[in-house]
Amino acid sequence: MIQSSAGITRVLLIAGAVCLALFPLAGSAFYLGLVTKIMIMAIFAMSLDLILGYAGLVSLGHSAYFGFAAYMLALTAPKYQAASVWVSLPLSLLATGVLALLIGALVLRTSGIYFIMVTLAFAQMLYYLFHDTKLGRGSDGIYLHERPSLAVGDFNPISLSDHNHLYYLVLALMLAVYLLLRTVLASPFGRVLVAIKANEARVRALGFQVFAYKLGAFVLAGMLAGLAGYLSTCQFGFVNPEILSWQYSGVVLMTLLLGGMGRLYGAVIGAFAYVLVQELFSYEALFGVYAKHWQLSMGCFIVLVVLLLPGGLAELLERLGAKPAAEPDDG
Amino acid sequence: MAECALAVSGLTKRFGGVVAVNAVSLQLSRGELHAVIGPNGAGKSTLANLLSGDLAPSNGSIVFDGVEVSHLSADRRSRMGMGRSYQTTNIFAQFTAFENCRLAAQSRAPHAFNWLRGALGYREVTREAQHALAVVGLERRGAILAGHLSHGEQRQLEIAMCMATRPRVLLLDEPLAGMGAEESASMITLLRTIALDHAVLLIEHDMDAVFALAQVLTVMVNGEVLDSGLPDAVRANPQVQKAYLGAGEDHV
Repeated sequence: MIQSSAGITRVLLIAGAVCLALFPLAGSAFYLGLVTKIMIMAIFAMSLDLILGYAGLVSLGHSAYFGFAAYMLALTAPKYQAASVWVSLPLSLLATGVLALLIGALVLRTSGIYFIMVTLAFAQMLYYLFHDTKLGRGSDGIYLHERPSLAVGDFNPISLSDHNHLYYLVLALMLAVYLLLRTVLASPFGRVLVAIKANEARVRALGFQVFAYKLGAFVLAGMLAGLAGYLSTCQFGFVNPEILSWQYSGVVLMTLLLGGMGRLYGAVIGAFAYVLVQELFSYEALFGVYAKHWQLSMGCFIVLVVLLLPGGLAELLERLGAKPAAEPDDG
Repeated sequence: MAECALAVSGLTKRFGGVVAVNAVSLQLSRGELHAVIGPNGAGKSTLANLLSGDLAPSNGSIVFDGVEVSHLSADRRSRMGMGRSYQTTNIFAQFTAFENCRLAAQSRAPHAFNWLRGALGYREVTREAQHALAVVGLERRGAILAGHLSHGEQRQLEIAMCMATRPRVLLLDEPLAGMGAEESASMITLLRTIALDHAVLLIEHDMDAVFALAQVLTVMVNGEVLDSGLPDAVRANPQVQKAYLGAGEDHV
């Protein structure tokens, strides 16, 4: 029964991926951009799921890595020329990985509420570094005059300023991140992470260096958040300190709660739900004066989901998947 | 007797003003089963936590295979060859019995930090885990979620996890707690087999088990060693009898 419900969930996920692949045939440029933004958010939320949903680390500073990679791209891009993706992407991810390694080495010495506070503190430091110094050009942020280029010599089949191209690139990367994290979680490393969340002291007693495992996961999560930040900068063409703010860390946390932790695809569902529901609640024709205060309706919506579906919206999908197995077979 | 595997001297743990373990010394050799008994609150579990590294001692030394380990971390001591089980069942309830043992065996594998290969692809780790399950008699229960096993089976699984880490010294904290008579009997047989080629420190309440198994017996009261030696000699000690054996009204 459990197997068949997992099978149906898988079929639904594949169907979802196919729909996403076909979407550009039907969607306008606006909706293409919206779904691209959602898929970038999904990568960001999946990266948080690795440390929160699997390793049990509640970070309230995850936007630091998203924003840092975005700023790395903006700061290292030539002023009136396109940066090469082949240089700027590895550079941004590597720098973000080093940042996550340094911060992780410090914050992972704490746990519980202290961990939440210290991750928040580091993210705030980074926020003020880019907000209040000349380095990040203040609250206005930095514009990217040219989108990064994927050209190799004269060969340039994919252009990031083309909505379709960017859409498919982001879709491919979202699926790649999903498969990468699935693989990591099935590896010896990943099995230990899951065990750490369940019972950290027991894992230590078995002889595992818990700290090293947590740090490894923290760095990988930071780099994947960085990938999302990099892609977001490619899409919108500018960075500003808001992407480093604690509010943004909160948004990705809520996205994950909404979708359901510890499943990876819950992060994807959450990203779609969060952004689409936000669009809905800020639709003036429907919500009138409340449209401006969409956060109010969003807050109620999230509280309702968390109360009714502790496992997030993904739980709804799983119940849907479990249903046919619970019913008697017709044949 | 074989060489000394674990030598504890003057081990002390203070929690604020309370001395939970006071200047405890004991020795443990390979092929020997050393039982520690004592009334509730005698400091037995604290002693186990000090030896395994779950607690840091206030004073004293723990020498394991000639190395001072009293300030090494729990995971380090585990990798050196110390295995422990817990008084309250401490397993990964949401994993299968096999996965519990596989994880334990993985801690000894050189590839434990691999990120990209499936965890089930390591044949030696898998074999080790299956072997550990077989040693405790759970070879047919591997696919069951650990949380769904009976209490006795969970206690056996705990021992299997400990064995899968290939320890030389085992610290077993009340492995018979809450077991029925039949389960106890098979656990006693299992412990006797394990003690043949391991050094075992057994903390236990079950007197029948202790006298059936122990080659050396230490009695603790109020955090201190009251007497230590051959079981019969210790049993004959009038102080021990007064403090613990036969006396219904324990120090609580």
